[in-house]
Amino acid sequence: MKSIKELEEIRKKTLEKVNLRKDRKGTRVVVGMATCGIAAGARPVLLSFVEEINKRKLMDVTVSQTGCIGVCRLEPIVEVYKPGQDKVTYVKMTPDKVAKVVSEHIVNDRPVIEYTIGYVENRQNK
Amino acid sequence: MRDLSLHILDIVQNSIDAAADFIQVTVDVQPKEDRLVITVSDNGRGMDEALVEKITDPFVTGRTTRKVGLGLALLEAAVQRSDGDLSISSRPGVGTTVTARFRYRHIDRPPMGDLTQTIISLILCNPDIDFLFRYIYGQREFKLDTREIRAHIGDMDINDIRIVDWIREYVQAGIEGKID
Repeated sequence: MKSIKELEEIRKKTLEKVNLRKDRKGTRVVVGMATCGIAAGARPVLLSFVEEINKRKLMDVTVSQTGCIGVCRLEPIVEVYKPGQDKVTYVKMTPDKVAKVVSEHIVNDRPVIEYTIGYVENRQNK
Repeated sequence: MRDLSLHILDIVQNSIDAAADFIQVTVDVQPKEDRLVITVSDNGRGMDEALVEKITDPFVTGRTTRKVGLGLALLEAAVQRSDGDLSISSRPGVGTTVTARFRYRHIDRPPMGDLTQTIISLILCNPDIDFLFRYIYGQREFKLDTREIRAHIGDMDINDIRIVDWIREYVQAGIEGKID
């Protein structure tokens, strides 16, 4: 039987550890969570990012949400902000694409070009 | 929207946009009475009567960046398809309550979907907002109050992954009726 008392145990275990998340200078992952994003599947994408980032223990990466980014037909949209680099906008995201974005872009600094808005839009216009 | 949990996630965004810092979400399922009621209530900036009257019109929205807003319009359509009704009450400076009633057994009533994912997403992305989630099924009730969680975790962040993982398990167990 789960009980709210278990939270005390979690807290005791982490008491001595320094909380690295207090440092907010790291990478930001922002997921569009307006009606368009949610309907297109933003929720599993958001949760996949959180899962992947924690699996890799990337303590300086934060995941947050924003409203409608304005290109609803390309949702779910995810923006990645790395300090000192241009923002990268990924479109038509799925949970399957998340691991690659985390390992290639967030960890190794190589944006996944084929998921970006520029790539997808150019291909559609041809 | 594929299911009710996604509608809830979407309607709560309105409360967040209205600068609410306390949001109550209640899902009340009463199969015997063929009723399912979802209530989202916030202490955000609220709307005046004139805006409440026309807020489910997709071409009426509180935001300023563009002129469409589909969240409540889609919820209203879902409610009407399943022989239910939608009511919105609001007072400027006090807050807004959205109540969606469905006929539980109506063939077009959207499925519940994954409520746990909705709750986790909301807490993860909005660590500064307090939520009170209530899930009622018949006589059984499960409650999750982030204010109560904060009282137990000291200076840990509520969106710390260790806390969120615990919340996920707790909510899952609660919805399945495995918590008193």
